[in-house]
Formats: sequence, structure tokens, C-alpha cells
Amino acid sequence: MKIVVLMKPVPDTYGERKLSLETGLADRDASETVLDEIGERALEAALRHAEAAGDAEVVVLSMSPEGSQAALRKALAMGAASAVHVADPRLAGADLVRTAEVLAAALRETGFDLVIAGDASTDGTGGVMAAMLAELLELPAITRLQTLEITADAVRGTRATDGGEMVAQAPLPAVVSVTESLPDPRFPALRGIMSAKKKPVEVRTLDDLGVELDDLGVELDETAAPRAIMTTVAERPPRAAGTIITDSGDAGEQIAAFLAERRLA
Amino acid sequence: MNPILVLLPAAPGGGLIAGAADVLGAAAQIGTPVALVTGPADALPELAGQAASLGATVVHTAVTDAAVLGVPAADAAQSAVAAVAPDAVLVPATVEGRELAGRLAIRLRAPLAADAVGVSRDDEGVLAQHSVYGGAYLVDAAATYGPLIVTVRLGAIDHRAEAATPDVRPLEVAASGRPAATVEGFEAAAQQSTRPDLRSAKRVVSGGRGLGSQERFALVEQLADALGAAVGASRAAVDAGYVPHDAQVGQTGTSVSPDLYVAVGISGAIQHRAGMQTAKTIVAIDKDASAPIMEIADLGVVGDLFTIVPQLIAALEARKQA
Repeated sequence: MKIVVLMKPVPDTYGERKLSLETGLADRDASETVLDEIGERALEAALRHAEAAGDAEVVVLSMSPEGSQAALRKALAMGAASAVHVADPRLAGADLVRTAEVLAAALRETGFDLVIAGDASTDGTGGVMAAMLAELLELPAITRLQTLEITADAVRGTRATDGGEMVAQAPLPAVVSVTESLPDPRFPALRGIMSAKKKPVEVRTLDDLGVELDDLGVELDETAAPRAIMTTVAERPPRAAGTIITDSGDAGEQIAAFLAERRLA
Repeated sequence: MNPILVLLPAAPGGGLIAGAADVLGAAAQIGTPVALVTGPADALPELAGQAASLGATVVHTAVTDAAVLGVPAADAAQSAVAAVAPDAVLVPATVEGRELAGRLAIRLRAPLAADAVGVSRDDEGVLAQHSVYGGAYLVDAAATYGPLIVTVRLGAIDHRAEAATPDVRPLEVAASGRPAATVEGFEAAAQQSTRPDLRSAKRVVSGGRGLGSQERFALVEQLADALGAAVGASRAAVDAGYVPHDAQVGQTGTSVSPDLYVAVGISGAIQHRAGMQTAKTIVAIDKDASAPIMEIADLGVVGDLFTIVPQLIAALEARKQA
């Protein structure tokens, strides 16, 4: 079985993240680029299955700028067998639909029995990619799984959805996304870090994926107008400094009075 | 006219999905709200009535098979877009709403603005407003060709549409027959409390590692109840096992934007602040005067939360009775 895990290098949420006020795109030099943790959790789920089942190959797939390959090495150090890195300057600022098209083309080229993605990235917070890929690849999808059970021919799990929990299953091949309810990702061991250096990272450009894109009915040429454009980008003004008090016995009363004054009590 | 199509699938547990009032309110700001309501046949009349009462001038209805995940609602949405020819399509950014929006965007190869906090209109058409990187930036986006599909963050829209007279029209849906996952069962979330939903609550009280134990986290719940607030938590409190993961507020948990956010025993790591700094009023209670949360609090209180919070609860109760 081949499991492809989608992973995204993102600006570290534990640091300050910046957008370029000129282009509206992420200022990648402003903060450290790390693998999005939800993707690491998806990888952990795949690795656990591979370890238990014995016959599964785990491949990591990412569409991200050339410079972000170091982050992908972490996925290899965690235990993925190989990585496919779609990197092409023509994909800078790609919108959600375009991203889905390119990832779907790469998935068709790689081949897979199961695709696992994180529920939503911390930078875009879209939460739509798994469903988009299922549509493009004409496969069943189960989004937001909080448990994951993979068998030779099916995927099944509990899904956290609107108003409750749903149990759903789909025959393979399929696309799923997982939530933070799944187990924490492992830390790469030294042996994993050493072996990661020898593992293959295949780099793909739009031209490499041309045939698959064509099969998906997608134009390779990205000089055409994008579907959506940013019209304005602004930095939110910093919060004005508030009042700081130190409790001298009546702080609870003071908070209550503050809330009452603002009609919040 | 400028119809704005609002997609309102039935929640798996019954009723319209969360955010229906928000999304119809947003639609009314930029055009004429037209709803598509999908779900089991016996529930549709009531759901359609609800959609009209929340502002849908026309309600298209389509029966969907609840045992088939995702695809039936997308089939109905695709048919509705063809019938309505909307300027924009708005969908609540719930689990089912996001899946539906993603599927529709691919089918139409239309632009998708995800997790918008507002919509507006200029001479060229519909704009979606985004709050990016935990509220550090505001970005407006527009479609170069339409319709713009927008998922709308829960609790972000205050505007409400005026109730409309129900005009319910069954929609003819072309079934795509696309492969889909099968639903084996559904269990409604246990209603353990009457507290508001964290995602859309107007008031949130969150606790952090300063609470020290799961037992003592009850203090946060008591304060939340005194304020009619939802309960949240920092990642440290979740990792320590004081509260389940779904209470986590922060960039990797739930982002909230309430009128009031009370942080109890939370130092305010950047990751947490990114999930709550757009709150209108922030009150922080922590023993550490140099905690980062104090930098963004409208009222920062330095002291022992175990004496301050009980006193605050008592004071709130006293005000209620006065």
C-alpha cells in the first residue's frame, strides 16, 4: 500500500509572521519555516499504520517554494520513505483551486492508495484541500477524522462534524483529512535524521506535471489571470496599551466594576 | 437584484448548520439572499422556514441522502448555482460547509475565499475580508471572474438580515454519481452544559496552566457560567489534561473573536494570542506582571487567581441580584 501524506511548510506559529504589504504574500524571510504540525500528525498516523501493517510505503508530498526543502527533510527524518516536492516559481501566490489542481496532478503521477492531509493549515486556515482533491481525483473523501483505521481495502474513522460525531468509511483509494485529536507526532531520532539525508526528494515543476494537469483539464500556462486577487492588505493596528493593576485585596471587585462599566457583566 | 446564494446544508444532527444567521446577514449586505437548503425530505419544510426567517428571500430545497458524504450537497449546490446565477456563494465555515465550498469551487473552477470575516461590495463586485495570521493583517480579496465562493468564519458577522416571507422552491438536481464515503453512524454531541459554543461565543473565559490541575480548572468554568461565556483553554492547559482539546484557543486550535475574552492563568504565548487578539475587550488575570498577555489586555490584573476569581464570581453574582 502506498500512503501519500500532504505536508505544508508554513511560517512558525510560535514566532511573528509577516505578510508583505506590497504583494500580500507571505514574507518568508520574516520567520522560520517549519512543517505545519497538523501535517506532522497526518504523517504520524501514516507511519503508525505502516509500522503495524508492514507493507505500506509512506511518501510525503508538498507544493512549496524551492527554499523550503529543509523543512521536508524533517518528514523524512520522522520516517517517510521519500518526498515529492513540487516547486515552481510560477506557483507563487497560487490560489486554493490552483493548488488543488497541482497537488492532484502530482498525486496522479506518484500513485497512491490513500492520501492523508491535515484538516487545515495554520497559515491559510482554509480546511478545504482534502475535499477539493477528492473532487479532482474523483475519489471518496472523509474530512476531519479524529480516529483513523486503515485496512487493505478501506479507510474508516470517527469524524468530528457539525453537531456531533460521525462514523464514516470509504473504499480505497480515498482522500482523508485528520484533526489534532490524533496522536502527537514523534520527534525524529538521530538515526532517522542521519538516514533522511540519503532518502530521495524528487523535485517536480509544472512542466513535469504537464500531462497530468492536462488530464485534469487544467491549463499549464499560469500567465493567465488568477481566479482571485488581493485588493488591499493592511497591518492591523496594535492594541492600545490597557490598564495594569496589582491585586491589593479587591481585584475581583475591580474587574466586576470594569465589566459592568463596559456592559459586559 | 444581485442574488447571493447561501448554502445551508442540514447539520448531520438535525437543524441548519451553524452560522446560518451570520451568512444570511452577510449576504444581505451585498445583495439579495437566496438560500439552498439541503437535507432529509421530512426536515426540509422546517429548515426552509428557518432560512426565510433569517432573511432568505427565496429558498431552494433539495433532498440529500444523509448516508452519502459530501457529494449530494455538492450536486445540489452546483444545480443551484446554475439556476440562480449568483454574484457570490456564501457558506458557513463549519466542517460540512467547508467541504461543500471546496467541492463546489473545483466543479465551477471558481475562486474560493476561505475563512472570511466579512464581505462587501465595490464597483467591480464582491469582496471578501480576511483576518490573516491570527488577526495581525487584514486582507481584501476579489474574484477576477465569478462567482466568488466564500466560507464565512463563525461568529464573525454581526449584521442580521430581516426576516423574509417564505418562498420555497424545490430544486431539480442533476446527480453527479461521484464516488463518496458512506456514513455508518452519527452520535449527537452530548449537551453537557448550556454554555455557548466556543467558536461563535460573544464571551469567552479561558484557563491556562496557572490553574494547576483539572480539578481547579473548574474555577474557569464557574466564572464562565457567571458571565454566560464559553470555556476555552491555552494549549498548555490542554496538554496538561485539564480540558479536552476542542477547548483550545490559539492558532492551532479555535480562533475566537468575542466581545469579551477573559484569560485566567495564561501567560499568552504568541500562538495563543494569535487565536484571541481580535477580541474587543481582553481581561487578563495572572501572577506574572511581565506575561505577554498583559501587553494586549485592556485590563491586566496581577495577583493570585485563586483569590481574585472567586471574588470576581461573587461580585458578578451580587450584581445580578442587586
